[in-house]
Amino acid sequence: MRFALSEDQTMLQDSLNRTLADLVPLERVRRFADDEGPQQVSDIWMRLAEMGLPGLMIPEEQGGLGLGMLEAALASEALGKVAAAAPFLGSAVLAPLALKLAGTDEQRRRWLPKLATGAVTAGVAISEPIAGARDGAGVTAADGRLTGQALFALNATGADLLVVADKNGGLHLTHIAEAAEPMPSIDVTRRLTALTFKDTPAEALASNGALDRLRDAAWILLAADTLGAAQAMLDKAVAYAKERKQFGRTIGSFQAVKHLCAEMAAELEPARALVWYAAYAFDHAPDEAPLMAAHAKAHTSEIGRFIARTATEVHGGIGMTDLLGLHFWFKRIGQNRQLLGGPEKVREIAARMQGLAA
Amino acid sequence: MDLTLTPELATFREEVRAFLEAHGGEYEAGAPKDPKAWQRLLIDNGYAARTIPRAYGGFGAAPDGLKTRIIAEAFIDAGAPRGMSGQGISMLVPTLLEVGSEEQKTRWIPPTLSGDIIWCQGYSEPGAGSDLANLQTKAVEDGEDFLISGSKIWTSTAAQAQMMFCLVRTEPDKPKHEGISYILFPMDTPGIEVRPLKTMTGQAEFNEVFFTDVRVPKTNVVGGRGRGWQVANTTLKHERGMLGDPNATEARLKQLIELMKSETVDGQRIIDNPIFRDRLMQLQARVLSMKFNGLRTMTDDTAGLARLVVKLQGCELNHQVAALAIDALGELGILYQDGPHLRAKGRWQWNYMFDLGLIIGGGTAQIQKNIISERGLGMPREPKTVEA
Ligand SMILES: Cc1cc2nc3c(=O)[nH]c(=O)nc-3n(C[C@H](O)[C@H](O)[C@H](O)COP(=O)(O)OP(=O)(O)OC[C@H]3O[C@@H](n4cnc5c(N)ncnc54)[C@H](O)[C@@H]3O)c2cc1C
Repeated sequence: MRFALSEDQTMLQDSLNRTLADLVPLERVRRFADDEGPQQVSDIWMRLAEMGLPGLMIPEEQGGLGLGMLEAALASEALGKVAAAAPFLGSAVLAPLALKLAGTDEQRRRWLPKLATGAVTAGVAISEPIAGARDGAGVTAADGRLTGQALFALNATGADLLVVADKNGGLHLTHIAEAAEPMPSIDVTRRLTALTFKDTPAEALASNGALDRLRDAAWILLAADTLGAAQAMLDKAVAYAKERKQFGRTIGSFQAVKHLCAEMAAELEPARALVWYAAYAFDHAPDEAPLMAAHAKAHTSEIGRFIARTATEVHGGIGMTDLLGLHFWFKRIGQNRQLLGGPEKVREIAARMQGLAA
Repeated sequence: MDLTLTPELATFREEVRAFLEAHGGEYEAGAPKDPKAWQRLLIDNGYAARTIPRAYGGFGAAPDGLKTRIIAEAFIDAGAPRGMSGQGISMLVPTLLEVGSEEQKTRWIPPTLSGDIIWCQGYSEPGAGSDLANLQTKAVEDGEDFLISGSKIWTSTAAQAQMMFCLVRTEPDKPKHEGISYILFPMDTPGIEVRPLKTMTGQAEFNEVFFTDVRVPKTNVVGGRGRGWQVANTTLKHERGMLGDPNATEARLKQLIELMKSETVDGQRIIDNPIFRDRLMQLQARVLSMKFNGLRTMTDDTAGLARLVVKLQGCELNHQVAALAIDALGELGILYQDGPHLRAKGRWQWNYMFDLGLIIGGGTAQIQKNIISERGLGMPREPKTVEA
């Protein structure tokens, strides 16, 4: 037995970290907020396609790499670390997973090869049946048509394909919405969309509970993203503390500062093992996966919040500034926390999974 | 990551479960009826002292993290008591295996594993707690022996122990880390006086120990004269592993879940109260994190930081598990003396208090944070203001 990354996984992680460090420097993160944001996203996606990232989980027959959830978690972590904008979650993971679990052969043949090259991207709208409906949102499906609103859709801006969950948890494929309005959020690195459907034609996917698997996958990858973002914040705080001088000594020699850093590391490091296990379980211990995914999501939300604020605090005034840009990670962690269910909601589901709540 | 249960491991798991079922009558409420017999049985079957060589009274299996984990899980599921722990088994034995002489290993390890010898750890002194290297208890050469004088404090189980492993200053003129030796001696050696110290739990879990010209042969030094600081650090490493043991925490969490399912207020189960349930789920995520972190530290070369955080996080988590149990018990949680309403013989109350001691003992939380930041994150050491 080995609870550690394999050599291949370590190589994937290293090469992703290296590529992303070059590809997404802070100056680029800053431009995600501009008008040219969507262009930045597709440039990054095309570069990552050279490494096969869009097809990471797509079977080799369909042009992908055929890798598993742990590899996807490493990719999410690497993306979170540099606060990259990329349609990874929707296009490379959730849409292919929906097609794999509930699509027809024909649908798979039609979409997976194109998703694998990054030539088309997919958005995913599954918030309402997982996190609950706000402001009257929710989509109903009848006779191959969708009607209603889906909020907080992921990677849906400019997407060629949409995977939409209706109110009852049924999944549908469509390429168009009547309207797709941006939902400007705190996190400029990943845009959210409000989709409106009005008798929009859609293909229903098999009704076999695939949404639960999509939810677990999304929870695991949001957790991994937070892990990466929190690690980046901790690294920046430690580096800054070793450099900045006050009272004639580096602030990192003050115990008050050292102990904050130690607390961040002590919270972060065990969370890594939980996220890895949840990802591993998704492929290899499916009975355990839902609970592990829920705990990974809720727990990284909590420690992520602690690290986001503490790492900022270690920087003093400059930590607050737009110039330093620490806030991009702060906000990314904050967005991961609320997306697809905040920790209280997710823990309630975790209790229900174990028969501890009605 | 490879955690698959091979057919061989699946069979192994069945064996452990069958063993526990067959011997279910030999323990009660998580404690063995005859501790020494239980210990013998566990060693003979490879469920205690598993990887310690047979020559020293262990089971002699090759290290195998997954089997260890399977054993732990099966015992937790069955609510069965694990083998004996304590400072002799968990700290002295691994230390002897690493740095002891052959004679010391064959002489001390077997009776320690069987539970025939209980050890206590004589490290801390009134003036040497966190700053352990400042210890002053001295050992003066006298022919083939040392004569030990001074005192130790906070010595757990000194009143029950037959033996002590102790840090003494053999070279008073050397710098403080270089003049220390690690030495073993019986607690009934003339010149030793033990005074129990009652703690907030109402019991005397630790003691003061006074030495007046205690004669100990030089051959009882472990790891070489003047090398006590290095030897002690070997022991401390094992102590930190023991104190943060995630299996023990997992077993406690399971008891907590049972408690919350069975206790009612106004006819409503505690687990049905959403606030308590949410606290439970938060702790469950932490327990799982520490469990997987533990698996990782066994097999992942990149787990240096993961290892350094175990004592800090594990001891804090144990305390929080006990705290939730107290809160779930509500007014029942303040009862302590035997009485008709007392739950679990007051064990949660005791844990809540004693676990705070384990946050302090074995290197305080603050010292752990120093270690994590300095060794784990490469941050600067405290500048020295006075030469101690
Ligand atoms: C239940 C229990 C069982 C024990 N069993 C044993 C035993 O069997 N054998 C044995 O030898 N000892 C034992 N100890 C002693 C234990 O190891 C010491 O209590 C511990 O190392 C702290 O030392 P101290 O009590 O002198 O506190 P101090 O070192 O005086 O610490 C007091 C406070 O100051 C803080 N502090 C000290 N130095 C620093 C620093 N450099 N940076 C930041 N903060 C600092 C500490 O964190 C603490 O909060 C036990 C203790 C307890 C509570």
